[in-house]
Amino acid sequence: MLTADMRTIVDNSRGAGWILEPDAKRLLSLAGMTVPSFEVAVTTSEAVAAAQRISYPVVAKVISAQILHKSEAGGVVVGVPDASHLTDIFEKFSVMEGFSGLLVEEMLAGSELIVGAKVDYQFGPVILLGIGGTGVEIYQDTVIRMAPIAEKDVQAMLAGLKGAKLLHGYRGAEPIDVPALVRLMLAFSALVMDLEDEIASIDLNPVKCTGTRCVVADARIMLRGF
Amino acid sequence: MDYRPLFNPGTIAVIGVSLTNDRHPANVIYNKIHLRSPVKVYPVNPKGGKLQSDRVYEDISRIPAKIDLAVVAARAEFVPDIVQSCIQNSVGGAVVVSGGFAEIGRQDLQDRLVELARAADFPFIGPNCLGIYAPGRFDTFFLPGERLIRPESGSVALVSQSGGVLVDQMVKFAEQGVGLSLAVSIGNKALIRELDLLEYLAADDGTRVIAFYVEGFARYEGRQFVQKAARMSKPIIVLKAGKSVEGRRAVSSHTASLAGDYRVFSEVMAQHGIVEALDEFEMVSFCEALSCYQTAVRGRVGIISVSGGHGALAADVCTTRGLTLPHLSQQTRRLIRENLSPSIQPIASLENPIDLTGSAVDEDFVAAAGGLSSSPEVDAVILLLLPYSPGISMDLGARLSYVLRREGKPLVAYVPHQEKYRMLIEGFELNNVPVSSSIEGAVLMVEAIRRCKTC
Repeated sequence: MLTADMRTIVDNSRGAGWILEPDAKRLLSLAGMTVPSFEVAVTTSEAVAAAQRISYPVVAKVISAQILHKSEAGGVVVGVPDASHLTDIFEKFSVMEGFSGLLVEEMLAGSELIVGAKVDYQFGPVILLGIGGTGVEIYQDTVIRMAPIAEKDVQAMLAGLKGAKLLHGYRGAEPIDVPALVRLMLAFSALVMDLEDEIASIDLNPVKCTGTRCVVADARIMLRGF
Repeated sequence: MDYRPLFNPGTIAVIGVSLTNDRHPANVIYNKIHLRSPVKVYPVNPKGGKLQSDRVYEDISRIPAKIDLAVVAARAEFVPDIVQSCIQNSVGGAVVVSGGFAEIGRQDLQDRLVELARAADFPFIGPNCLGIYAPGRFDTFFLPGERLIRPESGSVALVSQSGGVLVDQMVKFAEQGVGLSLAVSIGNKALIRELDLLEYLAADDGTRVIAFYVEGFARYEGRQFVQKAARMSKPIIVLKAGKSVEGRRAVSSHTASLAGDYRVFSEVMAQHGIVEALDEFEMVSFCEALSCYQTAVRGRVGIISVSGGHGALAADVCTTRGLTLPHLSQQTRRLIRENLSPSIQPIASLENPIDLTGSAVDEDFVAAAGGLSSSPEVDAVILLLLPYSPGISMDLGARLSYVLRREGKPLVAYVPHQEKYRMLIEGFELNNVPVSSSIEGAVLMVEAIRRCKTC
């Protein structure tokens, strides 16, 4: 069930046609998913103060209703080491189209997954899990299930990925926290069913998984009709 | 709605016969039912008169019998009134063969049919379809009987949006000796759709396997289809057309781009235990296999051949298809070797694939098949039979069928489909062992059994 706060986020985003990242993260968090520590800054000093609270290095992302693909627009910088760099980045972002603030976020490590959803014309809501990151459309290593999904579906989806081995401790890497991924996927599935009539598609890419948690590093929620 | 009058009619009226044109679709349908079907049929044309020596009825109300099924092959604009008159005269259902509805933009005309039918609980198939083929009883296809290839009566039901594809599949079914319980071309599927027939066929005692040729579902209809299918105990096979056609795609999202229409279709079908055939060849092989066997297997295959090359080719296809060829235990091999004829004992290779060599006789096949059927290492057997090998008799098909049936383990055979090998092939098929005309087809049959979730 959507709470009043969640409903408000969706309603306020209709004008833009999609839910901007800070709001999307709030929505996901309210739905029970883990998101990074983040703050929204509209001035340089706010950004610096936020980064101090989160602690360097941080991720800086542009917030703009006009910029759907932040990376392609040059609106994402990871590993910002200090206040002087952050200030420069703020200045650069502030002239971008539709700039409405800077998102300051904690840096995340871990394997990159994509968790997605789409409301399919023939089958309704479907959930996608795959090897994530900027190369998703190159690897195309994904598995799709009709929503809602259950725990056994998540296990089967993981097993269906060609890159599954990469997630389970390949060549000495830390295996991902599968129960945390299951919790995230089930919470996501429930949210997607609640938003069935509101959304066209959702990309959580990447979701960063370590041995102890799975965190939604980036989120884009496209509303219906956009 | 009661579909029985559609598929099991005792009486049929063919509406729209021509008094002057023998090749009119309605006349073709009337003639074939009249001359060759055990069903009583009446021709209808508002002008009345005679068709050959039979009375043509002016209206359905003039027919001196209750009509179960009306086959309507009149011009589209007359069809709503005809359906109305069928309803008034308590006809059980209709096949609307006529085109000229939604497919040419006359959605309004089609909607009128649906409204009339819904209000009266009157089932109809079509419009713009070939309709029904019920083997051994009747068919509503406007294709002259002498042109039609008729598969035998059997246990596979085939439902197709396209009439052309349906007829073509029937040719392939006949070639491969796969029998049909019912074939339905649903055309514009204005009222009766895949979902409805899925439900009907699930309850139909004569049907063991349900196969669909699907072009597309309406909004959320696919969802209902898979949910219904997942609850059924009969294997369901689907062939999707338009795999490369993608709908309006939102490039703004990775998920929308990665989860294209066909990928979603394919993965959601698999999620719900529906076996997707990628082409017509797979469709026929899958239908044949699942009409014979509904036994759960893990896909551990034992192969018997008289040629090392055939064994190797089959092994390659098995690997591509995710089937495994387990190593045979010492015990299994000893059991087989002991029963081989003395001349074969020293030369046969009993590694999987088993190569009995070109000198093998019937008894050697029986020995190998018997060994594999009782071996716990394999759960399905593929037999590659080359009837030009001089030691093989035409009785071998039936003999081997008995061997495998004792253990209940699926056996599929490859035999070149030549007329002179007919008796060998029938020896298998009449004993419910599917025979493919290609090595790949035989492997596909085992794959179908492995993929069947209801088995």
